Amino acid sequence: MTDTANLQPRRLNRPTFGALGRFAYQQPVGAASFVVIVVMLLAGILAPWVSPYDALAVDYGALLSPPSLDHLAGTDAFGRDVFSRIIHGARTAMIIGLSSAFLGCTGGAILGAASAFFGGRVDAAIQRFVDILLAFPLVVLALVVVAILGRNPVFGIDISLIFAIAIPIVPQVSRVIRAAALTVQAMPYIDAARTAGYSNSRIILRHMAPNLVTPYLIMLTAYIAQAILLEATLSFLGLGVAEPTPAWGLMLSGNAQDFFLTAPWLVIFPGIAISLAVIAFNLFGDALRDYLDPRLKQ
Amino acid sequence: MTGYIARRLLMMIPTLLGVAILTFFMLRVVPGDVVQVKLMADGGMVSPEAIEAERVRLGLDHSLTVQFLDWMRGIFTLDFGNSMWTGRPVAAEIASRFLVTFQAALMATIIAVFIAVPLGTVSALYRGTVLDYVVRVITIGGLALPSFWIGMLVLLCLLRYAHWLPPISYISPTEDPWGNFTQMIWPSMVVGYRFSAVLARLIRSSLLDVLNEDYIRTARAKGVPARTVIWLHALKNALLPAVTVVGLEFAFLIGGLVVTEQVFNLNGVGKLFIQAVEHHDFTMIQGLVMMFAVIYVLANLIVDLIYAAIDPRIRYR
Repeated sequence: MTDTANLQPRRLNRPTFGALGRFAYQQPVGAASFVVIVVMLLAGILAPWVSPYDALAVDYGALLSPPSLDHLAGTDAFGRDVFSRIIHGARTAMIIGLSSAFLGCTGGAILGAASAFFGGRVDAAIQRFVDILLAFPLVVLALVVVAILGRNPVFGIDISLIFAIAIPIVPQVSRVIRAAALTVQAMPYIDAARTAGYSNSRIILRHMAPNLVTPYLIMLTAYIAQAILLEATLSFLGLGVAEPTPAWGLMLSGNAQDFFLTAPWLVIFPGIAISLAVIAFNLFGDALRDYLDPRLKQ
Repeated sequence: MTGYIARRLLMMIPTLLGVAILTFFMLRVVPGDVVQVKLMADGGMVSPEAIEAERVRLGLDHSLTVQFLDWMRGIFTLDFGNSMWTGRPVAAEIASRFLVTFQAALMATIIAVFIAVPLGTVSALYRGTVLDYVVRVITIGGLALPSFWIGMLVLLCLLRYAHWLPPISYISPTEDPWGNFTQMIWPSMVVGYRFSAVLARLIRSSLLDVLNEDYIRTARAKGVPARTVIWLHALKNALLPAVTVVGLEFAFLIGGLVVTEQVFNLNGVGKLFIQAVEHHDFTMIQGLVMMFAVIYVLANLIVDLIYAAIDPRIRYR
C-alpha cells in the first residue's frame, strides 16, 4: 500500500464558490452574458416601476425629440418615450421568447425522444413529419402558422404568436434530441433496466431523461435567442405583436421607417436592445455548452 | 447514378405531398377566409349574399376534399390556380417576382463564400489568438444582429452620406447592369453577412477537425511546405461540409429573404408571401409554400450529387 496522502485530490489553485462561481471562473464571457440576461429579465418584470415614463403615454409636446436627459433614447412620432418602451419591450420579448422556446424545445424533445425510444414505424412516421416541417424556411413556417392561427390575445400576449415561433423550433430540436437519445439508448444500463423488467415509462423517465437534460438545456438557451429574433422579425413585418404593445421589432416598423432619417434614434436603440438580448442568450448558451459538456467544445 | 437520382426524385413525392396536405388543410381549418378580408377591409357592411357569391366564385363553397383534389389536379398540369386576391394566375405572379429574389440570394451566397472562407480559415489557423477572437466577434454579430436592423442602418448611412435612395422598381440586369448592381448589392451584402457568419463558424470547426487528422501530421512530418499542407491537404477536405450548408442556405434564402425585401423595397417572392399572408390569399400561400419546398428538396438532392462528385469516398446507394 502506498501512502494514502498521495491519493488525496490535489488542491486546485482556483477559487471555489460552488457551481455558479466555477461557471463564472471558467466562462467569464458566459457569466457576463448571464448578467445581461438577468438585467433584461428584471427590466421586463419591473418594467412599470423602473421605466421613467408610461410606455403608452402620448406627449404631443415632445414629438420626435432627440435623446436628452429627459428622454434618454428620444421620443417617437407620438411623443412616447423610446427608453420606456424599450424597457417594456423587454417584458414582451422575454415572455414570448422564453415561453415559445420552452414550448418548442419541450415539444421537440418529446418528439425526438419518442422517435428514438420506440424506433421502427413510430420513428419513421415522426421523421417523415419532421422532414416535412424542415422543408419550410424558418420565417416562412412561422408566417404560415400566423396565417393559420390568426390572432388570439390572452392578457395582452398573442398565444398564436407563441405557437408561430415555437413550431419551427420543434423539428430542429427533435433531430438533435433524437440523436442524443439514440446514443443513450445504446448504453448498457438501458439494457440492464430492460432486463430488470422495468416499464417503458420508468426507463424513459428515470434512465433516459436525466441524460437528455444537458442537450435540452443547451438547446433551450440557444433557441431563446432564436425565438427573440423571430419575434422581433415577425413584429417588424407587422404580423407579430400588435400596436400599442411595446415590442422591439414593432418599434422598428411602421412610422420608424418614415422618420428614421430625421430621427435615427427610433431605429438605433430598439435594434441595440434586440441585438444585446440575442447576443447574451447566444453566448450564454455557448458557455453553458462548454461548461456542461466539454466534449462538445469546438 | 440515373437510378439513384430517380429513386431520390421518387422519395420527394411523399414529402411534397405532406407539405401540400399540411398547408392546404391547416389554412382552411380556421375561420376567416379571403372573402371576409377582401370585402370587409374597409370596415363596410356587406350583405351575406355578396359574401356567398364571392365564395362560390372562388370555389370556397365546395367541400375541402373537392377543393384539394381540384388543386392537386391543377398542380400536375403545372396550373397552381389563380390568386384569391388579385385573380391573376399564381404561377405568373410568382414568376414575375422570382428573378429579383433569385438574384439577391445568388449574390448573397457569393458574398458569403468570399467572406466566410478566409475568415473561417484564419480563425482556425490562428486559433486562440487575437485574430480568432476578432473573427468570433464578427460571426457572433452576424448571427445575432437582426438583418432588418442592419439593413435599416445601411439605408440610413446611404441616405445620409451618399444621398442615395433605393429605386422603387426592379432594374433588370440586362437593361441597366450598373443600376441593377447598385440596387441589389446592399441587400445582398446584408444577407450575405449573416450567411457568412454561419459558414465561417462551420469552416473553422471543420478545418480544426481536419488539422487533427493523421494525414496532416504525416504531410508535415515528411516536410511538405506549410502552405501546401493547408491549401491542398487541409482546406480541400475542410470545405466539403461547407458545400452542404451553402446549398441548403441558398435554398432557404429564396424563402427567407422576406425581411430584407421589405426593408429594401424589393418586389420579390418574400414580399409577395407577406401580402398573401396578410390577405389570407390561400392559393398564393399554397403556391409559394410549394415552391419553397420544391426548391429545398431539389437543393438537397443537388448538394448530395455535388458531394458525391467531389468526395470519392461517397458512393451512390
